Amino acid sequence: MAKSNEPIWWSLFSAGGMVAAMVLPILIVITGILVPFGLAGDDPLNFERIHTAVSQNDSVELILFIVITLPLFHWAHRFRFTLVDVGLKSVSTLISILCYGGAITGTIVSIVVFWNI
Amino acid sequence: MGEKEMSTYHRPIPNTWWLKRKPYILFMIRELTSVFVAGYCIFLLVLVYKLTQGANAYGNFMAALKSPSSVALHLITLAFVLYHTITWFNLTPKILVLYRGEDRVPQGLVAGTFYAGWVVVSVIVAWLVLGV
Repeated sequence: MAKSNEPIWWSLFSAGGMVAAMVLPILIVITGILVPFGLAGDDPLNFERIHTAVSQNDSVELILFIVITLPLFHWAHRFRFTLVDVGLKSVSTLISILCYGGAITGTIVSIVVFWNI
Repeated sequence: MGEKEMSTYHRPIPNTWWLKRKPYILFMIRELTSVFVAGYCIFLLVLVYKLTQGANAYGNFMAALKSPSSVALHLITLAFVLYHTITWFNLTPKILVLYRGEDRVPQGLVAGTFYAGWVVVSVIVAWLVLGV
């Protein structure tokens, strides 16, 4: 069998898909409904509390980093094939570079942002 | 001889093939959920970035969550991400083929375990994030 990077991308796709499925819906409900409509108490996501939680606690920081970056690779892998499926097969290499490159760029930016907290 | 004569024939497929049937459209919607997944992750990254920029920048960002456009975007994103969650968990028995002795573990039980886990995770996340 020819050497392939496919298992790496598929593993990241799979892990990112699971993270997204498990935690994103509740987070969207929190930032999109509960907090803006004041249904979760008085400003639970205030600066002091969130800044302390993220900057003082390495495990919180790590979990948040994983929640942000892994789903990017889920998107990259899935969207890559979506674009090929709608007729961009002739530029599939470029699409792969842009999609996985986008996810890698997002991860690097995340590292920088988290580093500065 | 030109390579063209030797290559196999591929029936041309129009780029709008996925509009032809409902399962194809649902497949395409499932694939497009990934755009909303990534979009929300970028939103979270911006939130953390604002956190590094101080209380004012963060406060303004959080205040903007109350705007109608933010709420609308969140609701649209929620619909797509929920579709991702449902299709994702429904596929788990196809990938996790488990046996107990000779008998295959029922597919509904495998998917059901993930749905139950989802509820538990959601409660824990809400509890940790909101501190209530």
